[in-house]
Amino acid sequence: MKNKLLTLMLGAAASLVLAGAASAGTLDDVRQHGFVQCGVSQGLMGFSVPDAQNNWTGMDVDFCRAIAAAVLGDGTKVKFTPLTAKERFTALQSGEIDVLSRNTTWTMSRDTSLGLKFAGIMYYDGQGFIVNKTKHPNVASVKDLGGATVCTQSGTTTELNIADYFKSHKMDYKLLTFEKNDEAIAAYQDGRCDSYSTDQSGLYAQRLKMQSPDDNVVLPEIISKEPLGPVVRQGDDAWFNIVKWVYFALVNAEELGITSKNVDEMKATSTDPEVKRLLGATSDDGTAAGFGIGMGIDESWAFDALKQVGNYGEIFDRNVGKDSPLKIARGKNELWMNGGLQYAPPVR
Amino acid sequence: MSMAYVRDRDAPLRAPPVGTAGALGWLRENLFSSLGNSLLTLLLAVAIGYIAWGVLDWAVLRAVWTGADRAACAINNAGACWPFVWEKFPQWIFGFYPISERWRPVTAFLIGAAALVPMLMPGLGAKKSNALFLLVVYPVIAFELLAGGLFGLPEVETTSWGGLTVTLVVAVTGIVFSLPLGILLALGRQSSLPIIRSASVAFIEIWRGVPLVTVLFMASVMLPLFLPNGVSLDKLMRAIVGLSLFASAYMAEAVRGGLQAVTKGQTEAGLALGLSRWQTTLKIVLPQALRISIPNIVGIFIGLFKDTTLVLVVSIYDFLGIINAGLQDAKWAAPQTANTGYFVAALVYFAFCFAMSRYALFTERRLEPAGRR
Repeated sequence: MKNKLLTLMLGAAASLVLAGAASAGTLDDVRQHGFVQCGVSQGLMGFSVPDAQNNWTGMDVDFCRAIAAAVLGDGTKVKFTPLTAKERFTALQSGEIDVLSRNTTWTMSRDTSLGLKFAGIMYYDGQGFIVNKTKHPNVASVKDLGGATVCTQSGTTTELNIADYFKSHKMDYKLLTFEKNDEAIAAYQDGRCDSYSTDQSGLYAQRLKMQSPDDNVVLPEIISKEPLGPVVRQGDDAWFNIVKWVYFALVNAEELGITSKNVDEMKATSTDPEVKRLLGATSDDGTAAGFGIGMGIDESWAFDALKQVGNYGEIFDRNVGKDSPLKIARGKNELWMNGGLQYAPPVR
Repeated sequence: MSMAYVRDRDAPLRAPPVGTAGALGWLRENLFSSLGNSLLTLLLAVAIGYIAWGVLDWAVLRAVWTGADRAACAINNAGACWPFVWEKFPQWIFGFYPISERWRPVTAFLIGAAALVPMLMPGLGAKKSNALFLLVVYPVIAFELLAGGLFGLPEVETTSWGGLTVTLVVAVTGIVFSLPLGILLALGRQSSLPIIRSASVAFIEIWRGVPLVTVLFMASVMLPLFLPNGVSLDKLMRAIVGLSLFASAYMAEAVRGGLQAVTKGQTEAGLALGLSRWQTTLKIVLPQALRISIPNIVGIFIGLFKDTTLVLVVSIYDFLGIINAGLQDAKWAAPQTANTGYFVAALVYFAFCFAMSRYALFTERRLEPAGRR
């Protein structure tokens, strides 16, 4: 009897969830609200941080602004919802947010079993190492860390990745693990270990908080895959396409040399058909390119996003790259033609 | 001529022996009464001095007082990074509340303070009308001021509330709701009516058996899944309801302790006088029970105030949460930024909890003679 009741209740709950998912398209909802509901982190340096004037800044934040610019023509029409790691997927599933842009790692289980879709990879992160170059002037690569003591947080995959990496490269190492990240960093700064390891973007953030940031260098290697990207609900392909292609537009724009500063000029004068197609400029025979209309949004979608937010390189440099205090090297996030992994299909 | 053999005035008082009165005497009595105590005193004095010097050195002497960004604080051997606090402090108070509307929480706070202070001072009259205002009229005014929507005040969603404002809103509503609910539950648990009694017991035991974090998670993560799409209960309200119900279960047990300490003779005497059960409870048992439970009740209030930091797990930025978020600002990343933020948090939480605890002590002392009678 009890079991029956439980089954009934679960069934009712599930049907409620299903009924929720089968509402009108996200694009219509966004138009109706007049803003994009964007899930961000509760504060992660370089990705989503509130400043003293209550404005959110960061890479994940800028991506949401780009979506808002593309869909609504105004990049400020975003409602940011800070979410904890545990809440984030529920918030998306329950419709509290339209897009989750919260340094979320793309994994198979998340992609296939949670009713979510990853729309692209905004940032190729992965586990890296930091060393003090004044103490270890000869270490230029993780391969030079043989016999080193490494500090890290206990109970995370970080620990296992280090074990795998050092074992597969037949190198000796000693692991010093700490319950809290702050303790691990303190131990590293006190010289109790030669290197500290966590996600590379985190290393750059921690480096800034150190006594002498410039003496500490982040080694170039990444030993694990942490592709971070925006996520949308499964089952709304139109919205998925928009989010995916806003990301591709940002990358393509960098490849084509379109920036927030020259986008007007490019739209007016460029003769490059790829540029014209992306920016929605009328083609030579007078017909519009039609890529925005195809997605159900304005023809100037990419133009608006680029004009208001900038291309992928600008977003990167401004928030985490060379123009920010973090000064993260482009590394794997460089365009494919410059040796990185950022690659977008053509607008055609 | 007569001689007076009887002294008509006191002999002049002689000074007490050196070292038994005055500052010296106090010191001797309290700090250096034996060799062991003297050693302990010296040891503790050194320890306290060492810590106090460390704090002073860090917070004042080596501290950075002015600057525009991290460069000012990222110097060698710097102490506290105060410019970070100067820049972020308004946000720590108001959260993401729109900057142009910040006068509204301030007004709400001032009205509340103006009504609360005379309420707390025993000498002042008009307690009844004041209480009525505080419990019935004030919540409406405060909510209207904070949330807006009427009288031309732009609406401010609770998602943009934050900082100390949210900490106070959550703590105060939690306190105000949990006390009466707790008293009712405690009385219910003592009741001779089986349904009321078992319902109260079940409520109390269930809520005491679940950790607060779980309650908040359920309210924030599970609840939305069971609601139709688009329908969302306010997150802050969910957290407040969860916290109030949670605190009321503990409150009930504190009050029950007080109820059990009042001897049965009191009830019997009341009934013998011809008072009804309600009158006996309200006028004889409850006042005595509540006086006995004051320390425990205040303990729960203080606990509740500190528990408000847990709302961060459901993404509501309370005072501590907003400080944490500010620490992620690359503009201020420096070795001592985090310590400075947490130092301020500690000071503020201590100030509130200490004030509550001192006021409770004052109330206890004031009511004490009644207990001795």
